[in-house]
Parts: sequence; C-alpha cells; structure tokens
Amino acid sequence: MERHFQKELDGLKTSLIKMGSVVEESLSTAIQALFEQDEALAQKVIDSDERINSLEIEIDNGVIDILALKQPVASDLRLIIAVQKINNDLERIGDHAVNIAESALGLVRTPATEPMLELPSMADITKAMLRHALDSFILLDPQLARSVLERDDQIDKLNRAMTKQVIQLVQSDPRIIEGGLDLIRVSRNLERVADLATNIAEEVIFHTQAKVVKHHAEEKENTRKENS
Amino acid sequence: MKAEGVNAFFGKTQALKGVSLDVPENQVVAVIGPSGCGKSTFLRCLNRMHEVAGGSRVGSILLDGENIDDIDPVNLRRRVGMVFQKPNPFPTMSVFDNVAAGLKLNGTRDRGKLAEVVERSLRQAALWDEVKDSLQKSGVSLSGGQQQRLCIARTLAVDPEVILMDEPASALDPISTAKIEELIFQLKSSYTVVIVTHNMQQAARVSDMTGFFYMGNLIEYDVTKKIFTAPSMKQTEDYVTGRFG
Repeated sequence: MERHFQKELDGLKTSLIKMGSVVEESLSTAIQALFEQDEALAQKVIDSDERINSLEIEIDNGVIDILALKQPVASDLRLIIAVQKINNDLERIGDHAVNIAESALGLVRTPATEPMLELPSMADITKAMLRHALDSFILLDPQLARSVLERDDQIDKLNRAMTKQVIQLVQSDPRIIEGGLDLIRVSRNLERVADLATNIAEEVIFHTQAKVVKHHAEEKENTRKENS
Repeated sequence: MKAEGVNAFFGKTQALKGVSLDVPENQVVAVIGPSGCGKSTFLRCLNRMHEVAGGSRVGSILLDGENIDDIDPVNLRRRVGMVFQKPNPFPTMSVFDNVAAGLKLNGTRDRGKLAEVVERSLRQAALWDEVKDSLQKSGVSLSGGQQQRLCIARTLAVDPEVILMDEPASALDPISTAKIEELIFQLKSSYTVVIVTHNMQQAARVSDMTGFFYMGNLIEYDVTKKIFTAPSMKQTEDYVTGRFG
C-alpha cells in the first residue's frame, strides 16, 4: 500500500523542480537580454516575476501543510526543510534576474563598454552553478552539490575584478558612469545568484547526508575533532 | 450525519452539552480532546450504542436527513458500523466466518455470495493478501494489527454508510498503526468515517475535519488544517500545542 504521504512529498518536490526550471529560464533570458541589448526580452523577464512569486507561495503552503499535518521525521523532515529554503533561494534568484533585466534596459539606453569585461565569464559560471545545484537536488547527488560550493570563490574574485575595472574605466571616461554603475549592478547580482546557488547546494548536502556545511561548519567540526 | 443540540447523560452526570456538528459525506472527521471530555460518548451516540451502556440522550442526530431515533437500532448499527479500540474478532470463528457473521445474521446463506463479499471486504480492509490462503484459521490467531483490519472488514461486509472508529490504533504497533491510517484514507472514497483519537498527530494525519471537545462541550470544529495551523479558540490552541490536557 503506497503511502499517501509519499505522494504529497513527491508532489512538493515536483513543484520545486518546476519552480527551479522557471527561475533558470528567467535568469538565462535576463543574461541574454543584457548581451544582446534586447529590450523586449528584458521586459519579458520583469513581467514573469509574478509567476515566480505565486509558485513560491504555493510551495510555502505545501510545506506548511506537510509540517502541520504529517509530522515528518528523519530524511522526510530534512527534505521539507530543504524544500522550504531552496524555495526561498529560488525566489530571490528570480528577483536578481529582474534586477539584471532592469540593468539591461539601462545599458540599452546608455551603453557602457563592449565586450562587457568579466560579465560573460561570470554569467557562464553562475548559470552552470545554478544548473548543477538544481540537478544535485533532482538526482540527490551530494558530490555534484559540493562541486557547486567549490566555484563560489571564483565568482567572488571576478566580481571584485569587475568593480576595479569599471572604476578604472569611469576614471578614464566619466561620461560612461551610468553604464558603469549598471555593469557593477549586474556583476553584484550575478555574485548574489552564485551565493544562492551555493545555498541550494548546501541544502542538498543537508538533505542527502544530514551534514551542515554552511559557514564552513564541516571544516570547523573536523578541526575541532582533530584537536580534541 | 448531523448532530443538533445533543446532550448526553449517565444518570445525573451530563457528558455532552449541546453538541452540534455536521459530518460531511465521504470525509474523515476526527474527534479529539483530553480524557473524559465526552468524545467517545459522542461517538457512541451516533449509532445509539450510548444507550446500551445505560446512557440517555436529548437532541437530534440525523442520518441522511432521517432521525436515528426513528430507525431500528439493529439496522442503524449496520448502516453506522463501529470499530473499537481493542480488536475484538469473534474468538470461536475463522477469519472467513468473522467477516461473514453479519451477513449470515441478516439471512444470507448462499456460499458463493458470502465468499464474494468476504473477499471484497478483506480487500477493502487491505487484509486479503495476508489471509487469502488461511481463511479457515481462527480470527484470533492473527496479529493485533491484522485482527483490527479483520474487524474493519467485518464492519464493511454489511455495507455501512458510516464507520465509527474509537481509537482504532491505540493498541497497535507503529507499523500496524500506519497501515490502519492509510486504510482510513482509502476508505473515505466509499464511506464516511468518524474517528475518536487521543493522538492529535493521528487526527492531523488522517482527517479532513477535526472537532475539539472539552468537558462535554464542542469547543471548536473546523477544517483540520486550520485546527492545526491557526485555531480560532485559545483552548484549542493550548490543547494542540500541548499546553494543557
């Protein structure tokens, strides 16, 4: 006899995967709008944010239902907690996609520079991090999740490099300051998306291995054990 | 079913005070509350078993719009069957005969018909696969969880409309409890279920509607999700959060 509860859990997981797919597309479209200077695509991302917000509420309600009525424990409980947190992270990524789309509109009006410095590299790495984080949830693959964590430092470095380069450009030509600020905003938003993809990967590790790896907790615990 | 202004007594002691609630068709209604609150008394009023225990009742209870006081009690208890806390298969009867007992009492003799109903009932009670090769074994030779499902099958065999369950899993181990709860979920597609339970988490898991009783009063009755996420009454909030009871 299949547990009715299992169907509810599977349904919630499916909803989250769908949300991930919608958010990935939103991010991808925003980046495309930025590089192709496509106003219509940028507006499409801004208009579709409402759908992401609705999905977030729907999943939140599903989580509350299961927590209140089914009292999940062990791996089921870790799954529900992971779903709740990943849901929130995905909604935030959706917001960052909107920010990138708005900067894309700004850059169409006041172009900054060509090519866009580190942004193409950052975009590729960030999109891959999000894809792999979501895949690690679908496949329940902690190794894939850990590979996402390892790339976060790279994005942080590129973000810092972007800021330096834009400052140098603006210093040499102050007329591009508006475009320069938009470039920094895009860089900052991509860096935040990478952070959120890292969060998703951390939640997958918690769900699959019951290990807390955020804030370097695992490393600190290993150090503590070695010293004791 | 519909209860309107039900007051129940044991002698001079009033066990229920003006209870009114609707039991929707094909849903599971859970009745919760601390010991002595009247939840089992309410359940027994629904098929007039309360009178068998020497109690009395004022106020009406309707089954499909018909007052249960106007229905022959035997027929009422066929239409509104009951499953008790302690599994009680007939000790001298086989598995087959336990399920067929009600049919035989009602005059069914055709072996083919009896066999058909017994199999259907045991399948509905999710017990058929476990007993199909040993239908002539004594009913009491089964495990506790199996005996309880046998009792459910016995209730189903006479084609009830409502199934009353008085703490049906409290005497069972966790795996048997899970099977009973899953069975309740499946039964509601065909029957209406009212379950009394002292296990709030069970009420949350299995029911669509939940009624909270306290000292003979129905304090709150609402959709189960609301009772367990945002109850309207403070007493309900205190009870479900474990602050009293």
